[in-house]
Formats: sequence, C-alpha cells, structure tokens
Amino acid sequence: MTARTLIGLLVAGLVLAALAALPFFAGPYAVTLMIGMTGYVVLATAWGLFSGPTRYVSLATVAFFGIGAYTVGVLSETLPYPLVLLVAALIGLAVALVVGLSTLRLAGVYFVIFTFGLAELIRQLVTWYEVNVTGTLGRYIFLPVTPEGIYWQLLALAAATFLFSWGIGRTRWGLALKVIGDDEVVASHCGIDITRLKLALFAVSAVIITLVGAIQAPRWTYIEPSIVFNPTISFLTLIMALLGGADRLWGPLLGAIPLFLLFEWLSANFPNHYPIILGLVFIAIVFLLPKGVLAAVESRLRKGGAR
Amino acid sequence: MLEIRDLSLHYGPHLALDRISVAIGKGETVVMLGANGAGKSSLLKAAAGLVRPDPGADIRFAGADIAGRPAHLVLEAGIALVPEGRGVFGDLTVEENLALGAYARRARAHGKASRELVYGLFPKLADRRRQFVNTMSGGEQQMVAIGRALMSKPDLLMLDEPSLGLAPVVVGELFAALGRVRESGLALLIVEQNVKMSLSIADRGYLLEAGRIVGEDTAAGLMNDDAVKRAFLGATV
Repeated sequence: MTARTLIGLLVAGLVLAALAALPFFAGPYAVTLMIGMTGYVVLATAWGLFSGPTRYVSLATVAFFGIGAYTVGVLSETLPYPLVLLVAALIGLAVALVVGLSTLRLAGVYFVIFTFGLAELIRQLVTWYEVNVTGTLGRYIFLPVTPEGIYWQLLALAAATFLFSWGIGRTRWGLALKVIGDDEVVASHCGIDITRLKLALFAVSAVIITLVGAIQAPRWTYIEPSIVFNPTISFLTLIMALLGGADRLWGPLLGAIPLFLLFEWLSANFPNHYPIILGLVFIAIVFLLPKGVLAAVESRLRKGGAR
Repeated sequence: MLEIRDLSLHYGPHLALDRISVAIGKGETVVMLGANGAGKSSLLKAAAGLVRPDPGADIRFAGADIAGRPAHLVLEAGIALVPEGRGVFGDLTVEENLALGAYARRARAHGKASRELVYGLFPKLADRRRQFVNTMSGGEQQMVAIGRALMSKPDLLMLDEPSLGLAPVVVGELFAALGRVRESGLALLIVEQNVKMSLSIADRGYLLEAGRIVGEDTAAGLMNDDAVKRAFLGATV
C-alpha cells in the first residue's frame, strides 16, 4: 500500500468520523436532511456501481428500494431488527439474480423499459397481494430505531459501498470493469466472463439499494406501495449519478449532494411546481453535461493543458 | 490441433456455413480465402464461441470438445481471436490493453514474459506503452490488438481481416510481424482479403464459397491455381 492510498484512507476515515459525530452538534432537522442525503448518495453510488461500467441504464432502483422497505413493513414485528435487514438483503439478492439472469442479455433501450416495468410490476403485485390476500393496504412500522440510528446505519452502508467500489477497482476485475461496456467481443476474448461479471455487479448494486430502503423504512412509520415504489426515486437516483458521472467512484456523490439539496429546497418552496422544475433540471443535465460534471471538468483541464 | 467437422451455422433462416470441415495442425498457418459473404468470418466466430453453431457440429481443440462453449472458455482452451476492425480498447493505454489480454486464467502467471514477447515482436509498442490506443495509427492499433491476443498465451491465433483499412506499407509491416509470430511456434488461422500477402506466410489454405469449402491446397498450390488467380489475384487467365 502506497503512502498516498494510506493518506486517502485516513482522510476518508476522518471525514466519516466527523459525519458520524454530526448528530451530537446539529439539531434534528440536520439529521433528517442528512438521512435523505446519505440515502441518495448510497443509491446513486450503488446505481453507478452497476450502470457505470456496463452502461446499462436501470430504472429498477425503486423496485429494490421498495422491496427493502416493504420487507421491513411486513416482518418488523415478527423478527428482530438485524434479522429483518438480513432477510431484506437476501430477498433483494434473489430478485436481482432472477431478473439479472433473464434480462442482462437485453440491450440498450429494452433494458431501460424492462427495468421500469419491473418496478411497476412489483408494486402492482404487492398491492394485489395486500388487497386480496391480507385485506389491507399499507402497513405501520413501529420500530425503536432513532433518526440518529438510521443515519449511522446509512453512513456505514455508504462507507461500505465506497470501500467496495474502490476495492474492486484495484483487483483484476477493475480492469475488466473498464471495458465490459465497451466492446463485448474483445472483452470476452480477453477471457472475461461478461455475463457473470454483469450479474455480480447487478446483484451487489441491488442488495445495497435494497438495504437503503430497509434502513430508511422506519422513518415513515406508515408505508404503502405507492410510497415506497414511487418511480421518482429511480429517476432522481439516475439523474444524480449522471450529473456527477456514473463511471467514476466519486461521481454519483458529487451529483447526489447538490441535487438533493436543490430538490429539498424546491419541494419546500415550490411544492406545486416541483415536478415541472424537476423535469427541466433533468433535461438541462442531459443536454449540458451528458457525461457528468467530472468528465466535463477533466476535458476542460485537458484542453487547458494542451494550450 | 483444431479439428472442425460438420460445422453448420444458421442466422435465422439464412445458412451461413454448410457442413464445413477444417483442420489445422500444430504450428501450422492456414488461410481462409473467399469472397465477401462466403462465411469466413462466421467460421472464425463459431470457432471462437461468439456464435453458437447448429447442433451436430464437432469442434475439437487439442482433443477437447469446444463446440458451443462461450468465448471466454474457448480462450482458456488456447484459441485467441483478433476480431475484424480494431480489437482494442481505445480509452486504455497500450500497457492496459496488454494487461487485459493476460486476464485469462491460463495467462495470469505469465504476464511479464508474454509482455516481453509482445514488445519483442512489436518494438514500436514498447516505446508507446503509456500511450492511449485511440491516439495511435490504424497499423499500430492492429499491432496492439495482436499483442493483446498473444498475451493470453494461445496455441492458435485467429485473425479476421487484419489488414483491412491499412495502408499498403503498413500491411507489409503487419505481415512481417505475423511471420515472426508464426516462427514462434503458434498456429495461425487467417481470414484475409489480401490473398497474396497471406499466402506468402501460409502453409495451406482453404477456399470458401457460399458457406462451403470448395477447395483446399498448399499455399504454393493455391498461388498457382487458376481459379484463385482469377478470383483474387487479378490475373486474366
């Protein structure tokens, strides 16, 4: 390990410690804000973990997020909390493997549409089941988890996600990840098992997203399918990752923080026009920064250096 | 070493290969000749595991049945492919491309030695190891592609139209390099439009027409074959 990585890890550790200490200094509103922000940072980073290297645009984020939240809703009174999280992660993993195996051969826009449909399908299935089998719609979650507890869990999940992304970039797979979205013929003839690599990435990303849903669920107290399977979550995650640059470790983070704050401010000040402004922001980002902020800054620097 | 028997291949209703049988011995250099659409590339793709042949095809490599195996496992068996176009990753450096070539399990332990071998064959690449491949010329990129394929320590190297789109002087360099690759003991299977060049380094060749093998001879024999001369060498016999 070089001195540089050591310093990097040390700085990351200090930042993490400072963030973890935040609830002791700031008020409850700050904690609420940080829960939402950390949640989206993890969602966007996990999204980028799969979609960055593979260049598959997934709108299934909320499918897994909702699975996580709903699992907590269903099991919170029958199982101890850590076990509920584990079960949620396992369900997310199982769904990801089934979905991945059947769809990762789809290319481009077909995959986008499929993942969007998947989220909708799961929502409708859950709704149907609740109405016809259990005879309810919506569930209460009474868990003795404090907002600080939720925040720390999300922070830990964020740290684990970054550590995973960073670590995998330093292994043999890191090099493979750089090229699987490029030329599949050549990549497979480098000896890369493309299907398995994609599936593994999809599964890891899905499990992390599922956990975000599960960890955040107790915040709501009351959940129903239309809340936890709200497609806006998928769109926000996507646009945050794209703004920062999905193919870089820190890209989604850099996109998630400003956009989350912007959306918070918009929904507080312009609740009626929020969806319209959201749409305009989407369009602006795709037109002005198609490859993300980091890539734009890099190419600017490169041009400046050449002059 | 590579034995293909009764290989047929359909793309939907279209028959691309019709019960083809081809054999390549150890260290042999074989050329596939044929017009556009004759099935040359399909043959390479089927052998490389990029397309699935019709049932009943028998493809053996060094005794192992590899018919229908996915590409990454065909590579592990010892067959490397330089696909048509540029089989390189433009956003990576020469060195990274070569490192990817040694990704296969069979090649991992030999990365360093293979790299020396590649730089020995293509000294130009050694000087440019840190250069991004998309800033290099077509000929240089093709050398990176061949180098990348060699990094997997193959026993058979298959090349699909390696000279396509290259300037004549570069084509000469390329075939000189392929001649050196051949001397290192590898078997080569080359699909090429440049018949003269490819026959000059080959031991044998096959003639493909509309998905069938219609001829087979030594390189010298094909060079003097009237049909080959008429079709490919521009002679008016």
